[in-house]
Amino acid sequence: MRLARAALGAASAALFLFLWDALVRWQDYPTFILPSPADVAERFLVTLADGSLWRHASITLTEISGGLLLGVIVATLLGYLLAKSPLLDQLVSPYIVALQSFPVVALAPLLVIWIHNALFRTIIIAALVLFFPVLVTTIVGLRSVEPELAAVMRSLQATRWQTFIKLEVPFALPVFLGTLKIGATLAVIGAVIGEFVGSDRGLGFLINLAQGMLDTPLLFVALFTLVFIALGLYGLVSLLEYRLLAWKRAE
Amino acid sequence: MPLLTLSHVYKAFGDPADPLHALQDISFQVRRGEFVCVVGPSGSGKSTLLRLIAGLLQPTSGVIALDGEPITRPNPRIGIVFQNSNLMPWRTVLDNVALPLELRGVARSRRREIAREYIALVALDGFEEHYPHQLSGGMQQRAAIARTLAQNPELLLLDEPFGALDALTREYLNQELLRIWRLKEMTVIMVTHAINEAVWLSDRTLTLSQRPGVLKADIPITLPRPRTEALLTDPDYLALVRTVRSHIDRPVIHKSTL
Repeated sequence: MRLARAALGAASAALFLFLWDALVRWQDYPTFILPSPADVAERFLVTLADGSLWRHASITLTEISGGLLLGVIVATLLGYLLAKSPLLDQLVSPYIVALQSFPVVALAPLLVIWIHNALFRTIIIAALVLFFPVLVTTIVGLRSVEPELAAVMRSLQATRWQTFIKLEVPFALPVFLGTLKIGATLAVIGAVIGEFVGSDRGLGFLINLAQGMLDTPLLFVALFTLVFIALGLYGLVSLLEYRLLAWKRAE
Repeated sequence: MPLLTLSHVYKAFGDPADPLHALQDISFQVRRGEFVCVVGPSGSGKSTLLRLIAGLLQPTSGVIALDGEPITRPNPRIGIVFQNSNLMPWRTVLDNVALPLELRGVARSRRREIAREYIALVALDGFEEHYPHQLSGGMQQRAAIARTLAQNPELLLLDEPFGALDALTREYLNQELLRIWRLKEMTVIMVTHAINEAVWLSDRTLTLSQRPGVLKADIPITLPRPRTEALLTDPDYLALVRTVRSHIDRPVIHKSTL
């Protein structure tokens, strides 16, 4: 079954590459408009060999992980407080909604003025992009905790902390992991935005650079690397989900 | 001294200016080892009564005391089984039953050992590693009872534990309940809306009126034990069922609830 799925995936990738190559040959596009898969593969090997791809990718990966970590931690902590305190919810929520209706892309130039360290700034931008969806689902997840299960915990004299660890966390976990998947892909977008507005390193910067030089194969290399990073993160969260929610699969 | 004493318990919900009177002037006592059933139509505050005794709710006025000590919060000596099994879906039967011990900090191997005993007591052995959604309704409810028993309570409160189950499963589980009650020498208060079930199980049956819930009658069930199926056709049993029924209000059906 797993083998069949892998074969199907490989077949679909091969078909994609074949159609792409056929299109380039048929229309006879110049390389700077649409490079052939072979051109991109060649450029990929060159940037891999001289270490430049890894240098830029590792910066972007740091920004993505940093943004993901920061955004998720702050959003879940704040989400927990808001879910538990209606007063705080009323005080803070309008600002959070206002922040959300602010397009982060438009906020990014402001952050260039405020924060000089490009790495740190990009981490902040990535964190901002994923902050709101994670916050909202945390609140929804915690508020949906079955009151009857909470009554069981109370009848067993569970402490606040025990109720959090043994009821609220496992209850909110499926929703939270679902959001983490979205958050991981949003962090990739945030990192690229951050690099676009002001950075001299990273895959977003590489895309800008390649565009300026009309080095379209390089642009494709950077794009595909971003896609692989996003897919990798998504896969990582899916694996986590598979392990943590094993009980749901029990027949 | 009685194990449990309720004196003039009154419970209201909602707006203090326009409260909903759930229970009014409830006073009764329960002796150690007694099996007491509380019957009443829906809306008579039966569940509220149990939650008050469990310390999950506080009376608006009046006192509920266990061995003379007022109950102000959940007490380890009192265990409650809810209408729905309320098992944690991400825990196996074994881990669900071990939960009360886990919360008390009992070591893992020891609490699993104890949990296994209670799982065997409710005849669920072999299902330790199953998740709740893999069990039938009756089995889930037995697991819930095992969880509450693992707490080792002196007073067991049952809130229509078998209400959602079919009649045959229900009869079987009632027999099991009596077996466990005799074995563990507990005191039981069970809420039900089934009059015949209450008479068949209990030493005493209390009846509540519809909202506000007021104690209407306290009927001693003087039937011999052990109670068997043969009792179901016994004239004394049938007479007691009739007596209890006579003390229960005909449910008032409001057009708005239909």
